[in-house]
Amino acid sequence: MRKNKIYSQLIGNGEASYTSLYSDAMRRLRKDKVAMVCLAFVAILVFLAVFAPYIAPYSESFQDVDNILQKPSSIHLLGTDEFGRDNLSRILYGTRISLSVGIVAESIAILIGVLVGAVAGYYGGAVDAVISRIIEIFASFPQILFAIVIMFVLGPGVINVFVAIGLVGWTGLARVIRSQIIQLKQKEYVEAARATGGTSLKIILRHLVPNCLSTIIVVATMSIPEDIMYEASLSFLGLGVQPPGSSWGAMLNAARLHIQTNPEYSVFPGIALIVTVLAFNLLGDGLRDALDPKLKNL
Amino acid sequence: MIKYTLVRLLQTLIVLVGVSLVTFVMVNVVPGDPVALMMEKRADPETMARVRKEMGLDKPLTVQYLTLAKNALRGDFGTSYFARKPVGEMLLKGFKVTSVIGGMVILFSSFWGILLGVSAAVARGKPADKIIMFFSTLGMAAPSFWIAILLQIVFGLKLMWFPISGLRSTDSYVLPILSLALIYTASIARLSRTNMLDALNQDYIRTARAKGVSELKVNLKHGLKNAAVPIITYIGIQIKWALGGSVLIETVFSINGLGKLMIDAVMTRDIPVIQGCTIYIAVVFVVANLIIDLLYGLLDPRVRVAKEA
Repeated sequence: MRKNKIYSQLIGNGEASYTSLYSDAMRRLRKDKVAMVCLAFVAILVFLAVFAPYIAPYSESFQDVDNILQKPSSIHLLGTDEFGRDNLSRILYGTRISLSVGIVAESIAILIGVLVGAVAGYYGGAVDAVISRIIEIFASFPQILFAIVIMFVLGPGVINVFVAIGLVGWTGLARVIRSQIIQLKQKEYVEAARATGGTSLKIILRHLVPNCLSTIIVVATMSIPEDIMYEASLSFLGLGVQPPGSSWGAMLNAARLHIQTNPEYSVFPGIALIVTVLAFNLLGDGLRDALDPKLKNL
Repeated sequence: MIKYTLVRLLQTLIVLVGVSLVTFVMVNVVPGDPVALMMEKRADPETMARVRKEMGLDKPLTVQYLTLAKNALRGDFGTSYFARKPVGEMLLKGFKVTSVIGGMVILFSSFWGILLGVSAAVARGKPADKIIMFFSTLGMAAPSFWIAILLQIVFGLKLMWFPISGLRSTDSYVLPILSLALIYTASIARLSRTNMLDALNQDYIRTARAKGVSELKVNLKHGLKNAAVPIITYIGIQIKWALGGSVLIETVFSINGLGKLMIDAVMTRDIPVIQGCTIYIAVVFVVANLIIDLLYGLLDPRVRVAKEA
């Protein structure tokens, strides 16, 4: 029932309910305990990532050569890796990679997705048909394999991981934005904007895209955990973050060679990864329920 | 339905050509001369020129693409630079391994996923529901390669029940299948629960209860049957994923399936193999999408009517 109400609010009232909807959404989000806990956790992660050099007990690349592959102890809380580097410190530094993938790669994906979706939806007809096929071509391939092929072209490295994940992650958003714009472009205010001499570009950027903002927020929050997982996977395969940089995926890749001597080594980066992905997943669910842009099944 | 089928067929064809074109362009813009790479720069320029000519690499890219497309239609994807074997043969070998594992994963996760999801929906709000939902939420956030490592540690090294790498015996299939199946099961369970809850909220369920149909029959015949279409569709999507191979799991367990074939080819810059793998996977995905779409229309009259209109 609540869903239908928000639906008609979004569709029926258009711009009028625009500001009140966001305050409503915030109120609903604040009531959602799970989402608030996840939001707090994400805030802590951001804090840890920003201040990693001050919080981490050791530097990212400090090698305690006398203590390699140590089990957790009071000196090295989560043990050490094969070079004697402190696992806790490296996990903390790894937060930086994971969160920046979420921000940078998702920004690239949003930029492409919104642009492509808006153009397809606004112009319709032949333009839409061509763009829809292009979206289908990019969506027809498993994202992780597509990212691997892009990494093959670009070569390994952090920046290239961001680009690769951004390049594979835009199709879902493009589809959603396209269908939203098709609905929105029939609104009176678009007609009014056109009548007063607004160019197509201005109508798309000033009137249509801002009205899709809640959709963009929801889709982006739900894609961030995927992006984090893709980065970890690529780094795990040795295509992403290169040593001595620390990424949870790269740590797991190194750790799996030492499961006989130090099984704890491969446990902790995985926990960091699963908890982070879970927090973003649940926060995304909460935001979706709060903003509810009828994309539950997309 | 016929018109819709034809339109979808045409779209599928366009997408296939597009995918092959995109992969071809991508792998060919990579800097580096494949012949030099293959001969490890030891051969003299004349031999290199000869090999380049034999492989057709001296021709313009458009001609190369057309030759590739023509040969690919006959199942010929060229020869691997390093294994010196036909890529089609390597793909077939990888496919056999991947499809056995994928098939088992789908069987396992469909059974347990539907069972757990339906049970959770029937026991809505009770502890059983909460426990199932907790684990499936956790399962969906878990990276498959990490689960695989944990299973290796627990069942391979500590308990020594199963081998941790290779596929030499039947029991070495257990851990790879389990590490993929846990995540598939989690997502099938969640989807089954949602659709079952939707079905159980319908008026006809209340009618069935009111006329005294047994609870088991209400749940299975009236509930599950009506929740089945989206679940079946979703399992179709999972089959497509399973046939695409899992790069990560195959890497962890050193299994020579399609995923490992592809990542090894990327590491050694073996372009014909990369091309063959991407085209194979694209075909699987695009054709599977087509079949799922058409089946969806056949299974659910509501979809069929909407599409015809």
